[in-house]
Amino acid sequence: MAEPARAKPKPTPETQHFWDGTKAGELRLQRCDACANVYFPPRPFCPSCASRKVSVFKASGKGKLYSYVINHRPAAPGFTPPYAIAVVELDEGPRMMSNIIDCPQTPEALELDMPLEVAFEALDDKITLPLFRPAKG
Amino acid sequence: MRRNQVAVVGAAETTELGVIPNMSQIQLHADAALNAIADAGLKLSDIDGFATAVETPQQMAHYLGITPTWVDGTSVGGCSFMLHVRHAAAAIEAGLCKTVLITHAESGKSMIGKQPRFTAPDSLNGQFEAPFGVYGPPSMFPIPVLRFMKTHGITHEQLAMVAIVQREWAAKNPRATMKDPITVADVLNSRMIAYPFRLLQCCLVTDGGGALILTSADRAKDFPNKPVYILGTGESVETPMVSQMKTFDSSRAFKVAGPLAFKEAGITHKDVDHLMIYDAFAHLPLYGLGDLGFMPHEETGKFIADGNTRPGGKLPLNTNGGGLSYMHSGMYGMYALQESVRQMRGIAPAQVPNAKISVCHGVGGMFAASGTIIFTNEK
Repeated sequence: MAEPARAKPKPTPETQHFWDGTKAGELRLQRCDACANVYFPPRPFCPSCASRKVSVFKASGKGKLYSYVINHRPAAPGFTPPYAIAVVELDEGPRMMSNIIDCPQTPEALELDMPLEVAFEALDDKITLPLFRPAKG
Repeated sequence: MRRNQVAVVGAAETTELGVIPNMSQIQLHADAALNAIADAGLKLSDIDGFATAVETPQQMAHYLGITPTWVDGTSVGGCSFMLHVRHAAAAIEAGLCKTVLITHAESGKSMIGKQPRFTAPDSLNGQFEAPFGVYGPPSMFPIPVLRFMKTHGITHEQLAMVAIVQREWAAKNPRATMKDPITVADVLNSRMIAYPFRLLQCCLVTDGGGALILTSADRAKDFPNKPVYILGTGESVETPMVSQMKTFDSSRAFKVAGPLAFKEAGITHKDVDHLMIYDAFAHLPLYGLGDLGFMPHEETGKFIADGNTRPGGKLPLNTNGGGLSYMHSGMYGMYALQESVRQMRGIAPAQVPNAKISVCHGVGGMFAASGTIIFTNEK
């Protein structure tokens, strides 16, 4: 029997551009053409002003560590505890959940507000997850 | 909503709490409902309004054998029952029904007749949280706490004190699951669950249920027990995704529901004799004290660590022992409401002397929803 795999997202029409972006190595966000609000998760209207005139753009992929837990138990399928579940505040404003790679999963190594940069990890030929690592330099 | 127009005239929990392997979830609902009916001196056929969560109103109405003319299936997590009380009070005032039964039960430990929770992979949670290893409330609810601690200068020791103080209350309560005293060292050396929280900072997992019966205040005096009036109410929702809360240093849903209830009640924080803040995890009382306006968030950790909420303290908080020590079936809000009603009736195991106003604040999901009910025993 195969090892249990991590939960895999299934895109919807409203989120497809995001998952197409991660597959192409881009972190894509949306900006409202009317009020300039940048928001996440994806939807085809602005949650601030309700305008349907919105644009998809490539985000910088830079952010900082906003908060996290280091999960010990129970562990999700596909994860070996302890592992950090992080919320990253992107330079463009929105926050997103992710994991921090290339970094010990310890309170000492995971400092709030540490600069992070996006890294992409393919789960299969359709889905690539946006993960984050400590920013270089 | 007008003050004191509706009252709780029946209140009861399931006969047993804790591990109840001989009852399914719907039977736990029925056990609580029949106990509340008996407490109110009513017959099931007197019930014309019904509300419940997770289980549907049609499921429970059929099982109980009632035919309501008003139902509410609001299901926003553990505070659903606060919202039911608010909605029921409005429905009674509007004349849609006269006598409302609200039930909660959960086979949270034994998992008999309980549907497993499932996150669809094409939901927003399924796409933007589940892939990163969230797995049950302990991995999600504490996610904001490190930011809360950094912003407000809250320490690990202060968050340990939440569990210790609530254990002091539980020690006075024969029905509490955990009654033995604990120390800061016990808390900070207990098994790590999801850093920064350890086992003793996470709620229990138990079986049980509870039920309330509400009617108009003008009928309330005809019932066997002291009426407990609804003085003020509030509710709100924010997001099902904890990562998408507006900020981690407070809860928007708390900040809407709590002050709304205070405004409706026409009271100030100094008027509050007794307080319940749903404590699925140790940080929630700190969010609640700040977001409901009792004090700035910065002062909440010290306030609890200094003993202000313990037995004999100036603001008795979570006097049944809370979700950390009393019981927590998964949707704890009903047990917080039951304790507020007991305190207002004057029959709580750890009774606050002369308590006249009780604030009962609930959370649903991981800060996803909130409901606040303010009770009084004086009309």
